[in-house]
Order: sequence, then structure tokens, then C-alpha cells
Amino acid sequence: MTTSPKLDAKIPDGQLEQKWTKYRSTVPLVNPANKRNLEIIIVGSGLAGASAAASLAELGYKVKVFCFQDSARRAHSIAAQGGINAAKNYQNDGDSTYRLFYDTIKGGDYRAREANVYRLAEVSANIIDQCVAQGVPFAREYGGMLDNRSFGGTQVKRTFYAAGQTGQQLLLGAYSALQRQVGLGQVEMLTRHEMLDIVNIDGKCRGIIARDAVTGKLERHFGHAVLLCSGGYGNVFFLSTNAMGSNVTAAWKAHKKGAFFGNPCFTQIHPTCIPVSGDHQSKLTLMSESLRNDGRIWVPKRKEDAEAIRTGKLNPNDLKEEDRDYYLERRYPAFGNLVPRDVASRAAKERCDAGFGVNRTGEAVYLDFAFNMKYKYGKKEATKKGIQNPTEEQLTELGKAVVKEQYGNLFDMYQQITGVNPYENPMMIYPAVHYTMGGLWVDYNLMTTVPGLYALGEANFSDHGANRLGASALMQGLADGYFVIPYTIGAYLSNEIRTKAIDTNHEAFEAAEKSVRERLEKLKNINGTKTVDYFHKRLGKIMWDQCGMARNEQGLKQAIADIQALRADFWKDVRVPGGLNEFNPELEKAGRVADFLELGELMCRDALNRNESCGGHFREEFQTEEGEALRDDENFGYVAAWEMTGDANWELHREDLKYENIKIAQRSYK
Amino acid sequence: MSGNMNLTLKVWRQKNKDDRGKFETYPVQHISPDMSFLEMFDVLNERLINEGKDPVAFDHDCREGICGMCSMFINGRPHGPLQGVTTCQLHMRSFKNGDTIVVEPWRASAFPVIKDLAVDRSAFDRIISAGGFISVNTGNAQDANSIPIPKDDADAAFAAATCIGCGACVAACKNASAMLFVSAKVSQFALLPQGQAERQERVLNMVAQMDAEGFGSCTNTGACEAECPKGISLSNIARMNRDYIGAQLSVQKA
Amino acid sequence: MSWLTRMFSSTIGQKLIVALTGLFLCTFLVVHMTGNLQLFKDDHGMSFNMYSVFMTTNPLIKTVSYILYFSILFHAFKGLHLAYKNMKARPVGYAVVNGKANSHWTSRYMGILGTIILVFIVVHMNDFWAEYKFGHIPYVQYTENLESGEITAKPYADEAGNPKSIANKAEETIVSINGVDHKITITKDLYAEVAETFKNPLLVALYLISMFAIGFHLYHGFQSGFQTLGLNHPRYNPAIQFLSTWVFAIIIPAGFAAMPLYFLLIK
Repeated sequence: MTTSPKLDAKIPDGQLEQKWTKYRSTVPLVNPANKRNLEIIIVGSGLAGASAAASLAELGYKVKVFCFQDSARRAHSIAAQGGINAAKNYQNDGDSTYRLFYDTIKGGDYRAREANVYRLAEVSANIIDQCVAQGVPFAREYGGMLDNRSFGGTQVKRTFYAAGQTGQQLLLGAYSALQRQVGLGQVEMLTRHEMLDIVNIDGKCRGIIARDAVTGKLERHFGHAVLLCSGGYGNVFFLSTNAMGSNVTAAWKAHKKGAFFGNPCFTQIHPTCIPVSGDHQSKLTLMSESLRNDGRIWVPKRKEDAEAIRTGKLNPNDLKEEDRDYYLERRYPAFGNLVPRDVASRAAKERCDAGFGVNRTGEAVYLDFAFNMKYKYGKKEATKKGIQNPTEEQLTELGKAVVKEQYGNLFDMYQQITGVNPYENPMMIYPAVHYTMGGLWVDYNLMTTVPGLYALGEANFSDHGANRLGASALMQGLADGYFVIPYTIGAYLSNEIRTKAIDTNHEAFEAAEKSVRERLEKLKNINGTKTVDYFHKRLGKIMWDQCGMARNEQGLKQAIADIQALRADFWKDVRVPGGLNEFNPELEKAGRVADFLELGELMCRDALNRNESCGGHFREEFQTEEGEALRDDENFGYVAAWEMTGDANWELHREDLKYENIKIAQRSYK
Repeated sequence: MSGNMNLTLKVWRQKNKDDRGKFETYPVQHISPDMSFLEMFDVLNERLINEGKDPVAFDHDCREGICGMCSMFINGRPHGPLQGVTTCQLHMRSFKNGDTIVVEPWRASAFPVIKDLAVDRSAFDRIISAGGFISVNTGNAQDANSIPIPKDDADAAFAAATCIGCGACVAACKNASAMLFVSAKVSQFALLPQGQAERQERVLNMVAQMDAEGFGSCTNTGACEAECPKGISLSNIARMNRDYIGAQLSVQKA
Repeated sequence: MSWLTRMFSSTIGQKLIVALTGLFLCTFLVVHMTGNLQLFKDDHGMSFNMYSVFMTTNPLIKTVSYILYFSILFHAFKGLHLAYKNMKARPVGYAVVNGKANSHWTSRYMGILGTIILVFIVVHMNDFWAEYKFGHIPYVQYTENLESGEITAKPYADEAGNPKSIANKAEETIVSINGVDHKITITKDLYAEVAETFKNPLLVALYLISMFAIGFHLYHGFQSGFQTLGLNHPRYNPAIQFLSTWVFAIIIPAGFAAMPLYFLLIK
């Protein structure tokens, strides 16, 4: 197995610990006078985009930022709940850069690049400093110092947080920094603009075509470099925890213009989401991972009981303890309910597929707080208050108060969405698509295979390998934007100081705009009989059934055929109302779904190619006797980077992953 | 799976900012009480498209109450009848079968209608650009634990910082005043030691921009606080008034 | 633009003017109310009339009174000006507004309540202040027995019964009648004017309505003034709330309302 000659990761030589420091000190620089003449386009204004835009503008580059929302502050980074990891070792519990690096590689099931992950761990501490200086109000202890919590897959407390709204606070910090540069005239912010193509000239990315969503006008924008910070593509599944507008379009257009797509099949399914309640459902809502600390996950032991619960004949509270199957505790006694996300998700699916699911759709399991409410917290409180021989009711009441204090807002949200009181009844949860580890392949500089085109944050194939640990997405997005790209972009731009701004009347811009216009007109003129959502829901179902938590060869092949047929039908029969030159959300949606219909096929092809199970990618053919994921490091210890060679035609390139500082081992949680 | 609620929607339709606009009435059937309010609009739009009509344009994105994009004025209240909830988190079980629901866009001269229920809230961004930040370039920062911040101050700053910028405060205010929004940002930084260096400049500049955008003045009705989906407190407005007056009287400039 | 104009042309600065003038007017109301309580004194209005003289002749009070007139005008002008600007901030209104769900009605109708009060002030000042200053209020002569404290009053007139006047607003002399010292006080009889005016039920009705308006206006206005000044503190808010409800929304308007009712129904 050797790395494809088309993939040069440009990893600096030297000791792992020295690579970044040394590289950072030797990477070519652009002098301040030249920076003023260099234009950088940034697509997306989430953690990666906003932090990159602010940092680059501070350095003196001329920056243009595009986002499809009405404000940079709406980017979906805002919805991240839990926290952000950083190797600060404030808790004196033995954390270090190496340990964060190690946990991330292991958590990613050994499918991430050592050098990138080490750099991520290194800059993680700077992120916290930067954010605090910006006024991000992280949670603090009474002494005034920063507080930490622990998260899955680690043995130290290194997660910084701001209640359950860490993503919001970090994004608002980056957004403030960005808006400051807007006020200073260093950044031009174009909201309600969607990038619809990149423009390559002489083999380099030189700009984008964007559509003004309010007027419908197509615009040409030149840049010496283009940064895609457009997030993940979980919405290919229709239902996910992503925002409604989250899409793959920017990354996909880049892919079609030469950027390789890395590990598209690596998707993270989060185990604790509120289950689907009906086919009207438009999105899924996450319930924080922290709930698994006190909630016990179970389904009935007997199918008859599950059936009775589904039809409403049996109240789960009445089911006897011995008739319940706490399957995570049964299967993974060492980690119990706190196994990593991929493992927990698969186990829930296994039980529901076997007929033990509990809500009307049969696709839900219980997350039950009654036991810990009573015996963990209730007893403790009773002891504290000196109550001798408390009754069961007393214990429940005492415990409820504690649970309310810890998880009150989550419980309220659950009740708001489901109409069920989670203090009285066990919560119902089911896994849902949450994050995509795959994305545009980038080298150590975060540059894609197209010179001058970069991908940051969730949009790149990232440092998370095949599975991302909790509280690491925020860390990566901000690391890329604040502390990586400002240095690494110099490697490219230092050679561009003689490039004058290219007139957007250049034929390449002309051609790109024409093809964008034609595609929009084509979408509009089909004037078929089915709505965009109809196709999106169908695609989502195919992806979820065949390329979701568990995949197999036959299903993936079927999915590829089904997606091809659905795509053909889409281009024959979709109906897009309204005009091109007006505010037209359906038109925007149609373009995004058209791209998802192509991406879905590539994801299935990638999943089909990867004949192993690792992290979020579980191939049913490749599992241990106990039903655990079976990795094949010898044959699949690589990044799969797909090059689009024609319409729905791809060529696979491999980047061999070398582990020189970590010993590869099988993950076990038993 | 469909539900059993039948409702009448009176929805504001306006083709663009120059159009006069008017209400259209749409009956919607078989609505499930488990649907969110926006999912009910998805159902309506699906039907309108199938009927060859123009669907209702409305802003929305995360649908979990945090991005601040959704913005409907429902039966005379921003984000509808519940407190502490955005439109996307409002569910149909909060309504009764047979109800008539009037849905309007946020209304303020500073928030011009783009189409139907979608409005332009870029005025908020411009206010933030005027001073809603701490001027610290990337790399400038000292160690995060070098300044201890009392927990109560950190918590209060956080409470102010939870503003999602949806504009419900402006929509609810009879004067279309943006004081709650602006004061939340001013307060967040006023409560933190990092925010002190620019404290006076910040409040002066942000208020000046707020006024330039054409928002009304605050008459302390408290409607903003009552309708804010994140419960941002009126005490922030008092703090901003205090800081503003103090800054005007004492800032070291002629 | 100087910083002062910049400050007072901002929305917060303009609100500051409304708040400062409003709170000053609140203090005036306390004084006015306390002084006017002398209407209830059973001395043929002598205390009240002397109080009127004091209020119109003391140089300090006179100065303050000019600030007062200015405050009334400025408060009303700024308030109405802001109300107008606030209406312009929402050029297209809502079809349905459920204001009671999120705010107290008094806070939403301050402009209207204030306008009622402004009309009232014009009527009120025309009735008494202008009459007292420029009109022809007859003089009264009080004779107070300094030993027994007994007071008698009679119109200040010549033998034919024609009203007489004096150059000053009041004159006091001590005379000995039957060996007992008496104080003769001649002053304008505003008291009689008040008593006469409040015999008109329509006018009394206007006063009562206006006192309701003042009560409701102050119920919101007093505490709102503190909020605008930035004085919002969990420790002191209850006290402000108490004062605004009990003193300014109830006791003061009730006290003022009692005066016309007293003359209409009891005197």
C-alpha cells in the first residue's frame, strides 16, 4: 500500500513534538504591504470561517466572507452544546498535549493523521486563552478559575464549557471578532449569499460565483485564495441534528472542480437524540451526551412487552425490574452506559431491529433516570438531610430536585418537543446523524488538491479519523481558523504577491457563471410534479437504511442503484416554484438536494470500498463474534480520497496513514 | 402519520420590500399536535407547491431554539404564546383544533420585510460591528486563568451573552426599540474584566449605531424581557443606561 | 456637535430628560399635595391662603417654580416627541397585538395618560394660577384672636361693600381689640376661589379623571424613571416599586382627588 502521487500531505519532517513549532517558524511570510493587496474569500461563517476571517483580516489581508444565513452569527456551530477540549491541565489530573493527541487518535479508531492531530492538541490551549480574552463567559468555579467537565472517551477533565451553550458562546466570540473587522473595513461580509461554484484559472482557485439570495443576482468574486468553511453534510440523511440549511454545496462544487473528497462514508451517529415522532418531522434534536451519566438505557426483555408498550397497553413504569434489558450494561460491563457514541448507537439499533423498540415507530429505547434519581441522588440527599428510613416516594422527590438542577434545561426541552414529562416517565431516545468526519481532503496546510483552495473545520476530512470524540469539533474549527490557517496560508500566498487581482470578466468567471445560471434555469424549468422535500426525504431514507449505522455490501449496491434512479427522477420531475431573480428558498433547497443526490452515491461507494469496520463506519460483514467493529489496518489504514473524473465517476486515491508515535490497538469497552 | 387538528392560518404575504402586502387565509388540515409550528408551515408549503402556488417564505435554520433565525409574530406575540420558547420550538399542542392563527413578520422600520415573513435584521450586525467586541487580535491573549473572574460575574455575563439575536425584543416592543439586544452585549462585556478597556467607547458607539438604525426608544414597558426566548433581563438595559450616561459625562474627549 | 448635544439627541439622552423632569415633577407633587392639605383646615382658608402667598412670593420657591414650568413643558414636549418617533420606528403596525401578555397597560399608554394630564394642567393652571396672578380674586380679611386662636373672616371691602385691594399679596397687622391682641391679615382669597370652582360637578369630574390618569401615569412613570437613570438594583427595586404603587399611584392622586370632592360634597 502506497500513497497516491496525487496526494502530498506536506507533513513537515522532524519529531512529532517539533513539527508544528518548526514549520510555523519557517513557513514563508507575506509582508504587511503585500497583505493589503491579497484578497481572500471565505465561504461560511461558523467557528472555522469566522475565526479565520477575523484572524486573517487582523493580519491585513482583504477578506470577503459569505454566508447563506441572514447573519454570520447563525452558523450552525451555534448549536453545539457540550464543550470544547483543551490540554490545559488546569485540573492537575495528568492531562498533556500528548494525552489529548492520543485520545483523539484512539477515539478516531486510528484513521487520522498523527501530525495534524498533534498540532490540534498543541494549539488547543491557545484557543481557550483567545476566547477568554474575547469575553467568552466560560463556566467558572467559586475561586474565579475556569471550570472543566469530563467527556466520553477520556480519563481527564479537559472540557471547557458555558452551560449547555458552549458552541453559541464560542461562535459569538468569533462573530464579534469578525464583525469588528467588518466595522474596520477589513472584511466585507456578504450575508444571504450562497456560493454556487468555484472559479479555477490556470490550475489555481481564483474566486467564486455566489448568488444573492434576496435579489437572485449571480455575482463574481475574485480571491487570491478561497477558504471553504462550510461545515458538514449530515443533511444528506434529511433527518439529522444539523440545521435546515446545512449543506454540502460549497464543498461539492469544489469537489467537482478538482478537490478530492476524503473519507465521505465516515459519519457520526449520536446515540441520544429525541426520536422521530412522525413523517412531518423536519429535523432531530440532540440531548446532550452528559445525560448518559445518570440515565440508564433499556428496552423490555420480552417482545410481547415491547409490543404492549408500543400500542400503549403497558406503561413502562409498570414493567418489573427483572423484565428490563439494560443492554449496554449487559454487553459492556466495564463502560456500561458510557460507551463511545458509535458503540452506543449501534447497540440501540440492534435492539430495535430485533423488535424491542419502544415508541409507536418501534425506533426508540428508554433513557431512564428513575433508578439514579431514587437510589443515587435520593439516598444521598436523605443522608444529607438526616432522614431515617425514607420512603420510596421521598427518595424520588429528593432525587428529582438534584436531577432538575443538573439537567433542568434539557428536561424542559425534551418535554417541550415531546409533550412527555421526563421526570415522571423514562425519556425515549434514538440515534441520529450528527457530524461528518469526512470532507474535502486537505494537506497539512489545510489546502485541498486545488491550489489556492482551502477547507477548514467540519468541511475538511478532518482530524477525527473515523469517529469524533465529544467536545472536539469546536476545538478543531477554532484551531483551523485562529491558529493554523493564518500561518499556513503564507506558504501559498507568499508566491502570489505578484498576482494582480484578476478581472471578473475573465472567461473562466464568464463560463462558471454561465454554467451556474444554466443549472438554476434547468432546475426551474423542469416544472415537474414533486417537491424538493419529497426527493430529499427519499434520499434520506435510502442513506439511513443502507449507509447509516450499519452497512453491508448488498445494501450499499442497492443504495447506489436507488440513488442513481432517484437522481434521474429528480432531474425529470422536481417542481421548483417561484422565479430565479427573487428571494426563493425552494430554489436554494433544490440546488442543495441536487448536490446531496450526488454526494450520497459517493458516500455509498466509499462505504462499499472500505471492507472493514472502524469508528462510525460499521460493515456488518466485518465484525467480531461479539458483534464489535473489526478493523483491518493492514488493508485499510488509509485515507480514501476520491477524485471526480466525470459525471458520477470517481477514482480512489489513497493516503497511507503512518503511526510512528502511537501503538495501534483494538478498541475494547467490555 | 398525520394528526387531527384543523386550523385556519392568516398569513402575511408580501412579494418583496416594495410590495404593500396583505393577509392570505389558508385552512390547514390533519395537523399533528407533535408538529412544531414551522413543521406545520412545511406542510402548508408542500401543499402550496403542489397546487402551483408560491410557498410562504420564512426564516429558520437550526430548529432547536439557538440560532435565532426564526421570527414569526403569532397571534400578537413574537414566537407565539409560550414564554422562553422560539417559534421553532413551539409545538402545535399549544393550540386547539379549530383555532385561527394570525402570523405576521417582525415589524420595525429597522427590519424591512424581504419577503412574506422574512425580514432583514442586518441592523443588529451593524450594531455589533460598532462596538460589540473586545479588541483582541488572535495571539494577543494571556493565559486564560490569569484573571480570576468571580463566578457570579461570569454567570451574569453568560446570562446576558445567551441572547440569540432573534429580534423578538424589537418585535414585542411597542416602540420597536432594540435596547434589550444592545444592552445584553454591552452588559456581557461590562461585567467582565476583559471588557473594561473599551467599556465607555463601546456603549457610546453601540448606542449611536442603534439610534442611526432607526430603532425606537425604550419606555421600559418590559415587553422585551417578557417575550425574550432566552429571558434576557431588563437589568441589562439599566446597566446600559448607567454606562451610557456615565460615559457621556466622563469620557476623556471634548 | 458638542458632547452635550450628542448626548441629549441620543434616544437614551432624550429619555434621560424625560426621566429627570418626570422625577422632579414627582417631588413637586409631594410638596403640592402636602401644601394643599391645608384646604382641609377649618380656619376659613387662612392657612391655605397664606401658603399661597408664601408660594408665590418666596424668591427660592419662585426660582424653583420656573424650573417647574420648564420641566412640565419639557417633559410633555420630549415625551410626545419620543412617542411620535417611536411610532415612526414601526411604520406598518401589527394586525393583532396581544400587549397584555407581556406588559402592564399603563406602560403602553403613557403618551395618552400624559396628554390627559397636560390638558388637566392647562385647565388647572387657568383656574387657579392664572386667576391668582392675573385675575380678580377678591381679598379677604382675617381677624385672629391671638389668645383664643379664634379666627373670623370677612370680605375685605369698603363700607359700601365694594371689594378693596392692597398693593401686596398680604398684609399683617397686630391690633388690640378690647385689650386682646388680634392679628389682622388681609390676603387674596384663593380659598374661596377653590371652593367656588369645585361647586361645578363637571369640573370636579375632570379633576377626578385626571387624578386617575396621574395615578396610572406615575404607577409606571416613577419606577420607569429610575430604570432610565440606570438605577435598577435587586435590593432597592422593591422600595421603588412600593413608592411607585402606594405613594405615587394611590396616596397622592387620592389626596388630590379628595379636595374637589370635599368642596363639592361636604363644604
